[in-house]
Amino acid sequence: MEKRNVKQNEPATDFKNNGIGAHFEVVGKCLVIRLDQELDHHIALNLREKADKLIERGNVKNIVFDFERSGFMDSSGIGVIMGRYKKVIFTGGKVSVTSVNSAVDRIFRLSGLYKIIEKYETIQDALKAM
Amino acid sequence: MNYSNEMTLEFESISKNESFARIVVTAFITSLDPTLEELSDIKTAVSEAVTNCIIHGYENTVGKIKLNCGILDNTVYIEVSDRGKGIEDISKAMEPLYTSKPELERSGMGFAFMEAFMDELEVKSKIGEGTTVKMRKKIYSTASRS
Repeated sequence: MEKRNVKQNEPATDFKNNGIGAHFEVVGKCLVIRLDQELDHHIALNLREKADKLIERGNVKNIVFDFERSGFMDSSGIGVIMGRYKKVIFTGGKVSVTSVNSAVDRIFRLSGLYKIIEKYETIQDALKAM
Repeated sequence: MNYSNEMTLEFESISKNESFARIVVTAFITSLDPTLEELSDIKTAVSEAVTNCIIHGYENTVGKIKLNCGILDNTVYIEVSDRGKGIEDISKAMEPLYTSKPELERSGMGFAFMEAFMDELEVKSKIGEGTTVKMRKKIYSTASRS
């Protein structure tokens, strides 16, 4: 797990995914954000811009952040998730996270973010429950 | 301090270098055989410290960030410093959830994570001269556990 993440962050592969470090997909009323890189301040900047564009189009109620291909997050990630939560909460939306490893899980627990977001095993589980 | 191994690196305060700094420190401490948890603790702390230099120290202008890393007796010593604007009130900056830049969606958890994930954290700062963050963490290596 750790090895794979280090490899993903080699400068040569940086910006590989259209400069955002994540893939975006709208499934029904749910925006699924699959992170492809470690979620830090660098990734956070582009990520929030792209996510907000999709949210502002009006069809997005809920958001899923999938960490299957991202094994690391720091406090910048907390900011991104809280920020998106604030965007959808007023229309009764929810935010959830999926496939988090123990390192990312610890960040969520320590920050108290699990008080406002749900954790699921897979994207399918989250989509079903939301 | 007389470390058994030491490295110093200087790089520009651009956000791309946050992952670079994490990778360098991860590689440097591999010889101590840290657990995955210890490794991610240190990665998080380094990431927070470097991000602070970029966002707060230099406020997104380009300056130099110095990363010094030393090893002595299974303990990692990390020093991250900038020559940026400095912190006016250190104890306020270290309060969990406090951020001077809420408009940038900063969570205010940076120093809290550094404190939580490292054994010791020391912050020195002078207005107009810069900030230095010193951290220490003991590694209970796999070899000594078995």
